[in-house]
Amino acid sequence: MPRAPESGPAAVTTDLSPTEPVDLCRVAADLAADAHDRAARWDQDGGLPDSVRREVAASGLLAADLPERYGGAGLDPLTLGEITARIGGECSALRGLLTVQGMVAAALLRWGTEAQRADWLPRLAGGELTAGFAATEQGAGSALGSVETRIEASGRSDHQELVVSGHKRWVTFGAVADVFMVLGKYEGKPAAVLVDADRAGVDREPVNGQLGMRGARIAHLSFGGVRVPRGQLVAPPGLGLSHVAGTALDHGRFTVAWGCVGMAEACVEDAASHAAVRRQGDITLGDNQLVRSLLARAAVDAAGARQLARRAAEVRAAGPGHGVSETLMAKYAAASAAAEGSRAAVQVLGSAGCAPDSRAGRHFRDAKVMEIIEGAQQVSELHIAERLLRRFGDAARGADRTAGPRLPGESP
Amino acid sequence: MNDITSQITGFLSMALRRQVEPDDDYFAQGLADSLFALELVTFVESRFALTVEVEDLDLDSFRTANRVTEFVRRKIAAPEWGEAHAEGS
Repeated sequence: MPRAPESGPAAVTTDLSPTEPVDLCRVAADLAADAHDRAARWDQDGGLPDSVRREVAASGLLAADLPERYGGAGLDPLTLGEITARIGGECSALRGLLTVQGMVAAALLRWGTEAQRADWLPRLAGGELTAGFAATEQGAGSALGSVETRIEASGRSDHQELVVSGHKRWVTFGAVADVFMVLGKYEGKPAAVLVDADRAGVDREPVNGQLGMRGARIAHLSFGGVRVPRGQLVAPPGLGLSHVAGTALDHGRFTVAWGCVGMAEACVEDAASHAAVRRQGDITLGDNQLVRSLLARAAVDAAGARQLARRAAEVRAAGPGHGVSETLMAKYAAASAAAEGSRAAVQVLGSAGCAPDSRAGRHFRDAKVMEIIEGAQQVSELHIAERLLRRFGDAARGADRTAGPRLPGESP
Repeated sequence: MNDITSQITGFLSMALRRQVEPDDDYFAQGLADSLFALELVTFVESRFALTVEVEDLDLDSFRTANRVTEFVRRKIAAPEWGEAHAEGS
């Protein structure tokens, strides 16, 4: 795989203190090796088995960036990223399990009360609970402010209960999750609430045959007047989207970015391996200039995406709330690298890339989904450009200050 | 304008790409995009070395630069933020 030596897996183990993270890197490597052999079957055959999900839960890899006092391993962002890339390079569905658990855990860590953190986080980190993030609706995709799910105070029990009603779509691991972080509206204001999957009124409709992420146990959900304790409301109404979902999505973009780095690198590896040995006529595929062009572009895209993901990880190490812009840019670049790289890999692999068990072919379908979830590419472009206009706009208009203050964590 | 408020209006004017006055309600004016709220929280935390916790999360506290100033003064006067910041990272 065309990676700089300092960013390879070997360097990860040497860069770290010889404690928990090293073990988790090895756990992730073992898991990835297992997924290498089995991911195609999960993709074709009903999704990631519950037994594998339980195995991952027991391994300590879920929400491993949570602090140790909440049951996490306190993984730094870069190590989390490397682990995510390793797994994402083999199986996006499995990576999706890490992503969703991490999103819900990050939102609760940041905006849960101490009681909520103590109650939920150890169970998420320990894998006792699988989490789902239920935001998207039929009429609310990129514009999540339009969600119509209602979260209402119950007339009963002295308003100590909430009633949740609405329909959610495309919930990753929604078919099997134990608890959902649901985005809705409370008295017209965006609000987030945790809903246990086993409460009366929760219905799941598993989705099959979609373009990608076929192994990710995706489901559409219905909440038909589901009653939950008021203590499961996360943050005051009004802040459920901008703060709670915002934090979850930021974390999701970070792990999706790294997952896409892994996908892009895997595609380079598969395409180059094939091009080096596959003969057509008297020459190998790699002897064709046009094939080399495909390989070179894919390799540069993958390497660039890795560096942007590393930069995001470095900025995020400063703590929660840092690196939002860097993460957005990394996710944008990595999703594109995975989509373009998998497209090139399938092209180079030819019929082998179209085969049911092709890793590149599966990444090709999954990478397209990565260009849509956690902010479509075009939405990312709006944000990236907006920050450019902020940064350079004042100077260009001849304002007094030639270089305005930077946003927190913004790189020079 | 005091120093805290001017730092906040400076950030707001940059982030929202227009001159923001101490009493402007930028949320009500529809100037904020979906990343802005988190950026504002992170700016306040970093610049004034404090931690915004869920118990502080009241949209009203962040609605105008003057409100943010009051919030910052309250937090700086309360000493318990140091431990909380360590746990958040």
